Amino acid sequence: MITLESLAPVAASGMFSYAWLMIAVPAAVAAILLLFGRILDRIGHWFAVAAVVFSFSIAVCLFSQQLLSPPDARAVAVPLFEWITTGSWQVSAGLLIDQLSILFALLVTGVGSLIHIYSVGYMAHDERRRRFFAYLNLFIAAMLTLVLADNYLVLFVGWEGVGLASYLLIGFWQHKPSAAAAGTKAFVMNRVGDLGLTMAIMTMLALFGSSAFTAVNAAAPHLDPFWATTIGLLLLLGACGKSAQVPLQAWLLDAMEGPTPVSALIHAATMVTAGVYLVVRSHAIFEMSSAASTAVVVVGCVTLLAGAWIGTSKDDIKKVLAGSTMSQIGYMMLAAGLGPVGYAFAIFHLLTHGFFKANMFLGAGSVMHAMDDDVNMRHYGGLWKVTRITFWTFAMGYLAIIGFPGFAGYFSKDHIIEAAFEVSTLAGVTALIGAGITAFYMTRLMVMTFLGEKRWREHVHPHESPKLMTVPLIILAFFSVIGGALMNAWIQDWLEPATGAHVQETSLVPGPIGWSTMLVVAAGIALAWWIFGMRPVPAVSPASANPFTVAGRNDLFGDAVNNAVVVQPTLALSRGLVANDDRIIDAGADGLASVFTGLSTQTRRLQTGQVRAYALTMMIGVLLVGAVMILTQLG
Amino acid sequence: MTTIAAPTFEWLQLAPVLTVLLAACIGIGIEALAPRRWRFLAQVVLFEVGIGVAFVFLVLSWLQPTNNLGLMAMGSISLDGPSYLMWGSLLVFALLSMLVFAERDLNNGATAFAASAASVPGSAAEAEAALARHEHSEVFPLALFSLTGMMVFVAANDLLTAFVALEVMSLPLYLLSGMARRRRLLSQEAALKYFLLGALSSAFFLFGIALTYGFSGSFDYGRISDAIADPVYGRGLLYTGMAFLAIGLLFKIGAVPFHNWVPDVYVGAPTPVTGFMAICTKLAAVGATVRVFYVALGGERWSWQPLLAVIAVVTMGVGVVIALTQTDMKRLLAYSSISHAGFILVAVVGATAGVTGQVNSFGSILFYLVAYGFATVGAFAIVTMVRDQAGEVHEISGWAGLGRKSPLLAGIFAILMLSFAGIPLTGGFIGKWAVFSAAWRGGYSWLVLAAVAFSLVAAYVYLRVIVTMFFSEPAEGVVVGKASGMTWVPVALGAFVSAYLGLFPGPLLDLVTSASTFLR
Repeated sequence: MITLESLAPVAASGMFSYAWLMIAVPAAVAAILLLFGRILDRIGHWFAVAAVVFSFSIAVCLFSQQLLSPPDARAVAVPLFEWITTGSWQVSAGLLIDQLSILFALLVTGVGSLIHIYSVGYMAHDERRRRFFAYLNLFIAAMLTLVLADNYLVLFVGWEGVGLASYLLIGFWQHKPSAAAAGTKAFVMNRVGDLGLTMAIMTMLALFGSSAFTAVNAAAPHLDPFWATTIGLLLLLGACGKSAQVPLQAWLLDAMEGPTPVSALIHAATMVTAGVYLVVRSHAIFEMSSAASTAVVVVGCVTLLAGAWIGTSKDDIKKVLAGSTMSQIGYMMLAAGLGPVGYAFAIFHLLTHGFFKANMFLGAGSVMHAMDDDVNMRHYGGLWKVTRITFWTFAMGYLAIIGFPGFAGYFSKDHIIEAAFEVSTLAGVTALIGAGITAFYMTRLMVMTFLGEKRWREHVHPHESPKLMTVPLIILAFFSVIGGALMNAWIQDWLEPATGAHVQETSLVPGPIGWSTMLVVAAGIALAWWIFGMRPVPAVSPASANPFTVAGRNDLFGDAVNNAVVVQPTLALSRGLVANDDRIIDAGADGLASVFTGLSTQTRRLQTGQVRAYALTMMIGVLLVGAVMILTQLG
Repeated sequence: MTTIAAPTFEWLQLAPVLTVLLAACIGIGIEALAPRRWRFLAQVVLFEVGIGVAFVFLVLSWLQPTNNLGLMAMGSISLDGPSYLMWGSLLVFALLSMLVFAERDLNNGATAFAASAASVPGSAAEAEAALARHEHSEVFPLALFSLTGMMVFVAANDLLTAFVALEVMSLPLYLLSGMARRRRLLSQEAALKYFLLGALSSAFFLFGIALTYGFSGSFDYGRISDAIADPVYGRGLLYTGMAFLAIGLLFKIGAVPFHNWVPDVYVGAPTPVTGFMAICTKLAAVGATVRVFYVALGGERWSWQPLLAVIAVVTMGVGVVIALTQTDMKRLLAYSSISHAGFILVAVVGATAGVTGQVNSFGSILFYLVAYGFATVGAFAIVTMVRDQAGEVHEISGWAGLGRKSPLLAGIFAILMLSFAGIPLTGGFIGKWAVFSAAWRGGYSWLVLAAVAFSLVAAYVYLRVIVTMFFSEPAEGVVVGKASGMTWVPVALGAFVSAYLGLFPGPLLDLVTSASTFLR
């Protein structure tokens, strides 16, 4: 087996020396669009599109060059510059273009190009379109930095960059208070995840003296199990934040406040999968700790059920898709946690999911476009007749996600379920049930949106979207159909050097697990059809006492839990400290007032008290110092 | 009968300090003799030339290290690598922050200092002085005197010299704090508080000196260190003395629980003075602390490391958590400065000696201070530029939408905030990394983990400011004042160096690492 552990990446030459342009060009265009302002209002977005297409073409060139190279010359290191060089500190910033990162680069720039083109149509009437495209390009540059980095520190730069872009785009429609609040929430919850990632990187630097993937991979097999578990769990925390996995899942549903192309690009196809990338990239660490990889499996299982559950009870089409995204990423996490049997499948599902979920999000955007930005599925119905292209492309995504035989999701998801059964029956059963629920909520979405009676509000005149929007849909639908079959036989061999994945026999004829999956999926479809297809859909969501529905509608009370566990205690602590430390705020305000009103007597009395209080604090400090000194001596 | 040796004094080596002192004295002469309309210009030229010449002396002297390292002035000043580095940084930061003192365009041709600081606020005398366009150009010599004290403080090699330097440094600062042109009562109140609490802390410091003398029989750092290695008396005196010395020094650093003065004084003092204090005072206090604890008390590090570790945790915690809820920009920066003191203490606790090629504690502290210093100088200079009818706008709500009014200024402020937060690609990140790894190698991994956690919470504080500037509706009536180069130079340089140190930290890291051996 050829693995990176035993194989240094070859030096960059030829085309590979220009790999950095993939990042630099979108970044430069983003800067130009932001700095040069109004002059570019009318044409700026085409620069942004050109930049992403340019990056995509470089990625394609690099990919084809890799295909032509022998397997041991496919991983290429592109050093950029020495970041820190002082004595034992050697951190160089560079890119690593190997079998894993090139797939991501293709996905990010390929799907990114389509979504940029779609956005030209979608955002045609937005006043701040130029800024929107600048942020999108910023995102592309940051995401490519994340996946192409050759060490964790550079990865972290990209990690923060995509966070920033995501944050800017979620809150893009600032006039909506809910959008601003959602941006803030995503931001805060991601800080928690970043805490984990930063601490993991610091620990790696302390233990290995380097944060380069090659160095970490080489040193990991000799790692003490305690530290492997520590680093693994910290990395998992980072992954949970970015990929909206339980317990850091709550921000993703709110992130749907952003423009729909953003949801498709960032919150479905690319950024939210960065956590899976992180786990697979750090496979050497997770292999050293069964506790950490079990934790990954548990997080994946819990999230795939929780996301599916939320998906079943939402009426907002984007939130159903968001729940579905959580759930599908849960599958990827599960696969990544299974160890070498699962890595390739995690990435496989990640890629196919990138196609069909981007397809469906853009389809949802097209529907919203038709329905005057209404997102409530109870106001849809019967749309298949008026928006035919959207319907058919969406249907391809639908068949792909539920795992209809031959479509993209069929291959990738089935492999994960089978691998899960191999490792643990419990995980396998969870994945199987998840597939059933997926079929249920996706059928519900299809039926409520495209089939059945028209439940349109007044003055809504649905129409098909312009070509700029439908052509990307068609391309994505095409890959939703063939993406799985295209990569099925190939991806395991391809990824083996980068992930150390075990190549498994995969046949096109389903085994017993494959058949039972199909059975469960069929049951899910039938149930959804029976509930939503056979009878009229109420235009207002019916009141429900069913605890499952109530919990689902409330995002499984994610906000309430966060609020009770994290937010309230923190605020209480800060206020408490302020009350003790900062009584001067009032006094300061008084002091200000007295400048204007001459009421200085009152203030002076207060101020004398203040100094005395401060001196008292100092005396308490003296006692603290004394106590610590004495304790030190005793200890 | 003993012969009395004539005191020796190395004029050439100590020329940087003497130049600054001389410039301050000439400044007093100008105040007394020059006609009023020439004074301001003369003072500005004087301080720029004075600091510039001092810097040239410093560089020339440092280029011949063989002759010029060693104990100077009868052993009371230690001229070693750290002294040179800290003198250099002090001169640079003093020059940059004093440039802001001289800004007159923002305030209708007047400085940020009161027209007549001795007049009662709101009185006829005050109005008269303002009308006559009087101004206190004494602020420049005062700051230079303070700078002299700082330079001696960081290089002092005995406790008495350190104490005298501490007072020379502090007294002008008390005065400067009370001279704000606007919100004068607040400013005077702050000055008085600073003075009273400063006096209290000096008393602790002096008491600590006395007790340490009682233990070792000497003020000299080297002799104290010898006495610790080979004690004559019991260690009780030493521990008590050590604790009191620590209190005096931690007060000046602004560490919790000796930090109460910081928010009030930072808010009350004229903003240019706040900038001067936030970096120069902190640098001097940290420098002196490191020297006292490493050189004099290094043999007892097992006794003071836990103490400083506890103080570091409390300081980071209180600074960060309280900064979370601040609504006033200067106050937020004050609590931010407290939390930075905590991060610096993390490296002080680490106390790693110079393993070849590794960044040691002192090197990391100095790097941190330089990164923090450039960000601080720029940040306070920007605070002077955001104004409304009544002067500077300190409420953060008033900064809302600054990104639309002046994308350049808001962008620069954002860079500075990112550096404070320690986001990668800024100097602040490398600084945090350096201090954390110094503490880690010193065996304080739990402290590092706590510090990392606090630094992530702290990031929220700064990012909130960025969010307010760029994503909120612009506040009414707040404008970015048209400033002269006196403000723009520190602003631009602060942003440039913050970014530069993040991209190319190598040269400075090499410099601070290579010259971090203390002499005694």
